[in-house]
Amino acid sequence: MIAIVDYGVGNLFSLSSSLKALGLETEITRDADKLRAADRVILPGVGAFGDARAKLDATGLVPVIQAEAARKPLLGICLGMQLLFDRSFEYGEHPGLGLVPGQVVDLRGALADKTLKVPHMGWNSLRIVKDDPLFRYVRDGEYVYYVHSFYAVDCLPSTLATSRYGSVDVTGVVRSGNVWGTQFHPEKSGDTGLRLLRAFAEL
Amino acid sequence: MLAKRIIPCLDVKDGRVVKGTNFEGLRDMADPVEMARFYNDSGADELVFYDITASVEGRGLFTDILRRVASEIFIPLTVGGGIRTLDDFDRVLKCGADKVSVNSGAIADPSIIGAAARKYGDQCVVLSMDVKRVDGQFRLFAKGGREDTGIDAMEWAVRGVGDGAGEIVLNSIDTDGVKNGFDLEMLDALAQRVSVPIVASGGAGSMEHFARLFTHPGIDAGLAASIFHTKQVDIKDLKRYLRAQGVETRL
Repeated sequence: MIAIVDYGVGNLFSLSSSLKALGLETEITRDADKLRAADRVILPGVGAFGDARAKLDATGLVPVIQAEAARKPLLGICLGMQLLFDRSFEYGEHPGLGLVPGQVVDLRGALADKTLKVPHMGWNSLRIVKDDPLFRYVRDGEYVYYVHSFYAVDCLPSTLATSRYGSVDVTGVVRSGNVWGTQFHPEKSGDTGLRLLRAFAEL
Repeated sequence: MLAKRIIPCLDVKDGRVVKGTNFEGLRDMADPVEMARFYNDSGADELVFYDITASVEGRGLFTDILRRVASEIFIPLTVGGGIRTLDDFDRVLKCGADKVSVNSGAIADPSIIGAAARKYGDQCVVLSMDVKRVDGQFRLFAKGGREDTGIDAMEWAVRGVGDGAGEIVLNSIDTDGVKNGFDLEMLDALAQRVSVPIVASGGAGSMEHFARLFTHPGIDAGLAASIFHTKQVDIKDLKRYLRAQGVETRL
């Protein structure tokens, strides 16, 4: 069973539907025992980092997620991926879960071309920089769907794939041990996203 | 870089897709779930569903359709039509919509934009506007393009973005249904005023019209209905054609 962590952030309908469409057993939960019993865990998220971190703290699941990440595959999606890092500078400074080394900073400040629009929203092609079982069914250059204004930096050793936006190589996929993260939304990335989720389920 | 987006738009009334010409003379076209499947397979980058039903039964039918589409189509879905309150946002987001488009609802109560942006994020709020030239001014129209609000459309857009709208759909009433090309003059005027993504709507009649559209900076997506619904233009062919013209598309 794939447990989707429910901490009151974002819409989980598409994520759970996409896993169901792949024939995967899934449960949206905030029950610590269910996270412990699951084969895999997905940490979703949209919105602002500080708010999401506070909501995640309120569930009491942070130590459970940190412990389970050592035992089974964990996938953070979008803001859920950003939460995996050490810290974020989105409206202040907030601690992350410390599962992947690196930090999250403002994308606008990094772009040389200030006419580029932020959020980085839409379909961008994925450049795979390090092969990984997560890319078992995905080829270099396939398009995935992003919606975000902040992005991960200082995480080169963990970076598996990036997408080019103006002058910036946006961190697209990271991995540290059992922990994976995608800045884009696989559950909104059409067939490519479904294939990536299928590979995650087979890790 | 980001690919330019091609977006088919499905107007849904009483559970069926319809498409008007110059907003009048609706005719039935097809089943929305079937069409969503077809467009997903042909490479649409996003789907827009407009609920043009007035009745309560029709509204329930619409959310059922939305839920069915979102259960099997995994690309971004934008929903509009009859969005007036945060409860309306909530209702369609729960059924799997990713973005919600407000038009007349924002004219009736402009605070809906800010309230929705604070609750769901800017990226979730799309400001859709029907615009027509009146006395040398780009004028905002309400009620599906039937009523002149007297408001300057460009000022309206700037205000909406300031309040938190994360994207604008600009539908030119002057070019809608005429199939003579997008309203590039109107789109350029908007692109000079706002820095959020702009979706061009109204006037697509051929693949060349999309190629011309994307030579204009600041335009992120092209939206159309009838040329896709009638299969006059196939989205896969269109995206291949655009790529050959040097426009980045998702293939």
